[in-house]
Amino acid sequence: MGKAPGLSVLPIQTCLIFYEEAGISVETRAANSPAPDLDRQTMEVDIACAGFGPAMGGFLTTLTREWSEHPDDPAFQSRVAPGMPLQVLCYERADDIAAGVSGVVTRAQGIRASFPHLYPAEIPLAAEVHRERVLYLLDPIGASRRSALLRLGDFFLRLGGKLAGVKDSAFELPWTPAFLHKHGGLVLSIGQFNQWVGSQLMAAGLVQIWPGTPVSAPIFSGSAGKDVPVEEAVLGLRLADQGVDRTGAPAEGFMAGMDVRARLTVIGDGPVGQVGRALDQRLGTPPGYARREWALGMKFVIELPEGSPLEPGSVWHTFGYPEPEIFGFFYVHPERLVSVGIFVPSWMGDPLRTAYRYLQHYIQHPALWRYLKDGTLRSWGAKSLEESGRHGEPFLAGDGFARIGEGSGSTNMLTGSGVDEAWTTGVQLAEAVVELLRAGKPFNRKNLSATYETRRRLSWVERGARQAENARNGFHNAHGRSSLVRGMIGMALAGLTGGRFSLAAHVPPPHQQIRPFSPRSAEGLKLKDAAALALADGRSLHDALLTARGWPEIPFDGRLLVTQQDALLMGGKVQAIPGFADHVIFLNRELCIACVEKTCIAMCSGQAITLGPDSLPAFEREKCIHCGACLWNCAQSPDGERSNIDFRAGAGGLHSAEN
Amino acid sequence: MANSLHIVVCAGIVPDPLQTLEPITTPAGPGLKNEMVLPAVLDPWAASALYEAANLAAKNPGSPQNPSRVWLVSLGPKAKLQQVMMTVAQKVAFELVPIDGPIGGFPDAHSTAAVLAETIAALPGLDRARLLLFGGWESATRGAGVTLQLIGERLGIADQFQGVDEINLRDDGSFEVLERVEGGKHQVSVCAGTPAVLGWATGNLPEPRNNPQIGMANMRTIMPALQKAKAAKLEANGLRYLSASLPRQQRTTRVVKDLTPDEIAAELVEWIEAE
Repeated sequence: MGKAPGLSVLPIQTCLIFYEEAGISVETRAANSPAPDLDRQTMEVDIACAGFGPAMGGFLTTLTREWSEHPDDPAFQSRVAPGMPLQVLCYERADDIAAGVSGVVTRAQGIRASFPHLYPAEIPLAAEVHRERVLYLLDPIGASRRSALLRLGDFFLRLGGKLAGVKDSAFELPWTPAFLHKHGGLVLSIGQFNQWVGSQLMAAGLVQIWPGTPVSAPIFSGSAGKDVPVEEAVLGLRLADQGVDRTGAPAEGFMAGMDVRARLTVIGDGPVGQVGRALDQRLGTPPGYARREWALGMKFVIELPEGSPLEPGSVWHTFGYPEPEIFGFFYVHPERLVSVGIFVPSWMGDPLRTAYRYLQHYIQHPALWRYLKDGTLRSWGAKSLEESGRHGEPFLAGDGFARIGEGSGSTNMLTGSGVDEAWTTGVQLAEAVVELLRAGKPFNRKNLSATYETRRRLSWVERGARQAENARNGFHNAHGRSSLVRGMIGMALAGLTGGRFSLAAHVPPPHQQIRPFSPRSAEGLKLKDAAALALADGRSLHDALLTARGWPEIPFDGRLLVTQQDALLMGGKVQAIPGFADHVIFLNRELCIACVEKTCIAMCSGQAITLGPDSLPAFEREKCIHCGACLWNCAQSPDGERSNIDFRAGAGGLHSAEN
Repeated sequence: MANSLHIVVCAGIVPDPLQTLEPITTPAGPGLKNEMVLPAVLDPWAASALYEAANLAAKNPGSPQNPSRVWLVSLGPKAKLQQVMMTVAQKVAFELVPIDGPIGGFPDAHSTAAVLAETIAALPGLDRARLLLFGGWESATRGAGVTLQLIGERLGIADQFQGVDEINLRDDGSFEVLERVEGGKHQVSVCAGTPAVLGWATGNLPEPRNNPQIGMANMRTIMPALQKAKAAKLEANGLRYLSASLPRQQRTTRVVKDLTPDEIAAELVEWIEAE
């Protein structure tokens, strides 16, 4: 155990007594990292947090505010550093808390409850929503892979022309259901929102937030490899080892990741976070748990040309183009900036699905291009969205830990809202923590369930989650096939009946949603030739495949339409701090070699996965933006549920503050 | 006798160069568009100075009665300083001396030097006879290149070195300094002892790993220091900028296979000559 000068670190035995007093079973102090335990330092804190996003912002803001209003309340005295206030530490992988990757529109119900006098101008790039549109985009090119039913509908819309309300190859829905509305809400840049929240937190002095510090795993009370009791406690967080080679083996300057032991561990590391997934693997998941629906959100931040008529707070939702399965968004920020992007869902079973090239075609759709033409690309980003909603809800709390945010299944997939829900789950946990601190009760499963979980179950977050629970079923039929029209009907049915009615479906695991690619079919042979040519020319695979499918080449202009590699260098480059291990791991080589689809390559947001020797995917950490898409864009599975790719703790990622 | 050093590192913060930087003219003079929106980082040149200072202090801890100390004096908006410290504080141990001042890399160097020198002179416990004043040789913002020298002059320090890559302290208190000179060479100087000013180039140290314990120890002094940061107003002293622009960037992405090194070199030369 190490001790830094000037630090009050309790002996670990003392700390363990606390846990035993708290009614938490402690079997051993061993953690679960394969790295050598020699020289591994340990630090004792009161609350350790993994991941800084909206959920953690809500948690820490509420906790800090309560402490600031009652500084003399003994409940806020640290138990590990007597005489000091609570020791609350939060570790974030990205090298800046502003390095988020989302532009969002939110009703901001929970955020406004935390900041009742919020004035959007206080938050850079924030604007109040004042106009919403939903557009169905026709295919102006003819390359989109539409069903016969959609083509028929498109035909009649085109026939009706302006009389039918079609303009710029887009049909604006004359009416949208209330559950889709965000009127009065906020358009936000999550990067700026995080920065705004984080600076207030740090100024308060109770909380320390440490970016650039990935967490590799939770520390469990049970020894690794043993049969795992559900009651097993979480004792804190183990930070990632530094000074290691790509495989994680100690190298020059090795520094074993510190064990941060805490009375309460708060996990808000998102849907692809290593800590949350490790908890699920170790402690199991509730009955009915199925995290099988995902989407990759990819977007540009574009500076609109001078004189743009678009007003901040304008919000468009689109569907129908570039492919029927791909939904789009267009949010106007102040300063003539707009977030424009697409969602590529897992139920788009196309094994050759991709995102960046589709995004370039999307922004060139006449309905959008009319405003974006002559604009300038400022930044770009992507993120995996966990779209299973309540189906993907893990155990929310256990002995010594609680989970908040998107990784806790809080996203409402009916309303397409996640930030506000995530924030609110953080607020609910903070209120529960304050209640337990004041009551002098330990942070065990029973108490956290009675306080945090109960609050959540009684809140609007839960009501929304219930209504949305089966809203997306329609995108899958009973045979696991996907359908846009059926899906839209299912969404409408669930939304208009408050979730009372929904369509039945069988949602297969993500790897089974990827349709097998047939290299001997006519299209398969054509695509195979295109892939071979692309590899020979050094072009990206997905680019070549879409061209082979009839999509026109992108007319690069060096300002708005740029290659994906150039986008990586514009307005927020990728950071890969040296000394960390690769965080994308291909588990079973044989499965990768045998895999024909290799969807992981086409869907990699940063082109960090390419085809390497021996038909194996090759990973370049220096290009990875940590979107996590590879985790669910793998057509193989070693166990029938999980994919053949593991996504582990890693530092860095996309570094853009305007996202 | 163990050397006991008092090292003061002057380090500004600059907009993260990885972001989109767009120069504009503000009522206060040249600036960057949305500068308050952009995340900031410790000026990379000064960061090298900080890491060298921490390394030097660690190698020369002094005695329990007279320990070596490292101060980091930084002038910038308090909120931005706080943000930068979230990353820097994990790397090496130091005592932060924040000065709440304006953002931007365009204040008058004389005004900046006056505020910094006054602050350094007033540091409690500072022994100016043992002072090593560190800073960046250059800056990632405006690169006035004179601020550190001006601070040294105001503090009455005559021995100044610029473009420093290495310092080797001797037992008798003297030290050897390697300064960058033309032709990729170093000039070796020997200084009889402190006080001295060292404007660092890149040094030889890698960026230290993030160490949570160092961070936690630092934060116990950093947060109170930030809360007590005094405000400084920088006088323009009649300084007026006629124009400001970013270095021109040109990027052309092209994938070419099987070129020989000679062919690549020839193409680069052709490209450079065309500039």
